Amino acid sequence: MSLHALTIHELREKLRGGDVSAREATQALLDRIQAVDGKLKAYLWLNAEDALAQADAIDRSGIAKNGKLLGGVPIAIKDVINVDGQPCTCASKILKRHTSVYDAFVVQRLREAGAILLGRTNMDEFAMGSSTENSSWGVTRNPWDLERIPGGSSGGSAAAVAADEAFAALGSDTGGSIRQPAALCGCVGLKPTYGRVSRYGLVAFASSLDQIGPFTKDVADSALMLRVLAGHDRCDSTSVPQSVPDYTATLGQGVKGLRIGLPKEYFIDGMDREVDAAVRAAIKKLQDLGAEVVAISLPHTDYAVAVYYLIATAEASANLARFDGVRYGARVVGEDVIDMYGKTRGAGFGPEVKRRIILGTYALSAGYYDAYYLRAQKVRTLIRQDFEKAFENCDVIVTPTSPEVAFRIGEKTDDPLKMYLSDIFTISVNLAGICGVSLPCGFTKSPRLPIGLQVLGKPFDEETVLRVAHMYEQATEWRKQRPSL
Amino acid sequence: MQYEAVIGLEVHVQLKTKSKMFCGCATEFGAEPNTHVCPVCLGYPGVLPVMNEDAVRKTILTGLMIGSDVARFSKWDRKNYFYPDMPKNYQISQYDLPLCVRGAVEIKLEDGQTKKIGVTRAHLEEDVAKNLHFETTSGVDFNRAGTPLMEIVSEPDMRTAEDAFAYLTALKEILISGGISDCDMEKGQLRCDSNVSVRPVGQKAFGEKVEIKNMNTISGVRRALAYEIERQKAALQKGEKVSQETRRWDDATGKTSVMRTKEYAHDYRYFPEPDLMPVVVSEDMIAEMRKLLPELPEAKRQRFVKQYGLPEYDAGVLVASATLAAFYERAAERSKNPKAISNWVTTELLGKLAEAKKTIDESPVKPEQLAELVSLIESGQISGKIGKEVFAEMFGSGKGASMVVKEKGMVQVSDAGSLEGFVEEAIARNPKSVADFRAGNEAAINFLKGQVMKLSKGKANPQLVGEILLRKLEGG
Repeated sequence: MSLHALTIHELREKLRGGDVSAREATQALLDRIQAVDGKLKAYLWLNAEDALAQADAIDRSGIAKNGKLLGGVPIAIKDVINVDGQPCTCASKILKRHTSVYDAFVVQRLREAGAILLGRTNMDEFAMGSSTENSSWGVTRNPWDLERIPGGSSGGSAAAVAADEAFAALGSDTGGSIRQPAALCGCVGLKPTYGRVSRYGLVAFASSLDQIGPFTKDVADSALMLRVLAGHDRCDSTSVPQSVPDYTATLGQGVKGLRIGLPKEYFIDGMDREVDAAVRAAIKKLQDLGAEVVAISLPHTDYAVAVYYLIATAEASANLARFDGVRYGARVVGEDVIDMYGKTRGAGFGPEVKRRIILGTYALSAGYYDAYYLRAQKVRTLIRQDFEKAFENCDVIVTPTSPEVAFRIGEKTDDPLKMYLSDIFTISVNLAGICGVSLPCGFTKSPRLPIGLQVLGKPFDEETVLRVAHMYEQATEWRKQRPSL
Repeated sequence: MQYEAVIGLEVHVQLKTKSKMFCGCATEFGAEPNTHVCPVCLGYPGVLPVMNEDAVRKTILTGLMIGSDVARFSKWDRKNYFYPDMPKNYQISQYDLPLCVRGAVEIKLEDGQTKKIGVTRAHLEEDVAKNLHFETTSGVDFNRAGTPLMEIVSEPDMRTAEDAFAYLTALKEILISGGISDCDMEKGQLRCDSNVSVRPVGQKAFGEKVEIKNMNTISGVRRALAYEIERQKAALQKGEKVSQETRRWDDATGKTSVMRTKEYAHDYRYFPEPDLMPVVVSEDMIAEMRKLLPELPEAKRQRFVKQYGLPEYDAGVLVASATLAAFYERAAERSKNPKAISNWVTTELLGKLAEAKKTIDESPVKPEQLAELVSLIESGQISGKIGKEVFAEMFGSGKGASMVVKEKGMVQVSDAGSLEGFVEEAIARNPKSVADFRAGNEAAINFLKGQVMKLSKGKANPQLVGEILLRKLEGG
């Protein structure tokens, strides 16, 4: 098997044994990227020299051979997470030439674990989108069908991992931006509980919803990555000072006796028939493995998209106010400062970002605040309570990740509302702040496209989520399927 | 018709914390532009704020000092507006749940009566940067951006410019005594905006409100209000309308002028700050802060009068600054004559400090050294006159009183034997004065006394000299 096709745990074994050096692992990926990224365009920025220099330093220090969790493993980073000295454009023209001046908390963690910071992956501008078509630098292609989108907003990270251009990648998930592209590209995408992973260094889209998580080739790697990323950070007041379990250790405990909740609101008319069938088959498989299935209800599901697009845009309207041309990023000179703001932001932001800033500004305006933002916050509480109640009767909830498989490039770009509905099954999770993972559970027949299964857990119970996902994954062969490129 | 003014003040105070409100940068004033900055206070992409607990504690302490209800649950909000001095184009502030609600500051009126000026609320926020304008370009200095800033909003309880002056003076004393802020207006540590309107006496409804900005001293506030009240009265008397507007005070011309005529209906789009947790204030924390409550200036003044036997005026001078009062007390505790200490502090020390442009903290003469000097005078080892010379030397060199006296050989001569020599010499040299005295002109003895002091180079004990002189003149 070629080096680039390995999982992290397989690669780590070779590195530890000295069969492979960090340089060789990095070079293998660089070769793979060289071979296929021209078609996929998953990466926005890559510095082979720098990556190899990092690898050499790790080889010299012996880190690759010791017990460090990621010693010598190259990792790709979504272009929204700061890596000191690397560009961080958020796929936006307004940050075209911006270079990070500090490391995000998760990047410090990766460095401490011995990882190599390989390069920057494509995304929807400021993580706003579900297809990566909103990138200012061009769309990333789905490795299973180059005419189709990889999902979004972390489409570059998902495509890179699915196409063996990265052993793992970091993404961010505000309304499904890790799980949906993972489903559409056929890899494993984990959104940890809000507060589990520090957001320090993640360029904010919607602060109360954003969470960083990993894309990996299998669930074991996801557990390993979370172990590295999770933990309290005093620079993020919303990160939780709770101990981090050894997620890998509990992976093999099986699902016998676990109660799996099936929310009736997530198995709806209009869902892709093949998606529906694949998810139902997966549930059957979990039952065969000893899990118990219980019917549950999440009655406020219908309001999730509306609530999300009020809260997320309101927060975004403030978060994106700092891009004004005064201190960093692009600047378009104006007659006075107000003119400069208008011209800079007018030229710097793409249409979807502008749409959301306007929506959010409106939702917070005097006279509308109570009807929109405040009401949305109240319904958000109801949605969270839905999950709390549901989890009284089950240990995890299983749903499809997305109502459909990867759609064609350009198919939904003219209809923002249709695009927003791509996240219908993922959005509630962010509103409730709970954790969830998406993993492959089948393929459509023609064209052959991956289908994602979503496993949701109680707050800070990533252990059970990963355990269920791992059990299912090991009992099936889906993970072994690779796109032919 | 009789008119009265209605005044409310909005005061912004920079808190005396080591670091900024939401990052670790120093709050030091006067550094090179943009040297106390980091990604957080520059609003770089991806950064998050972390609350400065000391700033919260200082705000709670302020609340306790002015009798506010300290919130047990408070939160942060984003106030949205675009301006180049705002790194994030939103300010983290407190909107509907401030740390302190209600309270009052007691002021003393000219007739000796006191009056309570209500405080509506006090909340915490982050200061903005400073815009600098050059010939063709502008710059922003972000050193100040993120400094903890407390906003104290008064009720419209003031009726005269003097009320406002007294309120600000009293508030400043409270803030200094609590170690909350140094309140140096020149450094922008205390800033004040005034709202003032005028109405016929007896009328309940307020008149049209005018906001005044750009007042850089407390007396500037008084002058600006006095001017503005007269301007509004004159307008009303002429039958004109006062329009709601913002006016700028010009200290040089002593006038206010229109800054903005239309009150823009600012929509700050406040919403809860998702990056920070709400502030939960425990009973334990309140109890802890209560222990730190300083004596209020007025109570301290009364205690000084009683405990140290000081005149009201002197006590007032000493308590005007908490550090000065502390300096005085340290010296007074070490002295048998606290009244004398007060005289030295309020005249010599403050005079010398003003001359040297130094604050009391920078005084080269320490409280212990001043107490020592006073005790040297008390015990008759040096005269009061020599004392002033010794003090000047101490102030210049930082040396102790005894050391200066010893080095300069300034010990007072109280030995009768050596003094008799000087007295005899003075009598021998001034026969006319001797004759005058004996002829009944008692004042002539003062001239002779002066001559003895001169011969002793000021070191003779004046009381002893008087005694010896009298004995010699009357006896001889």
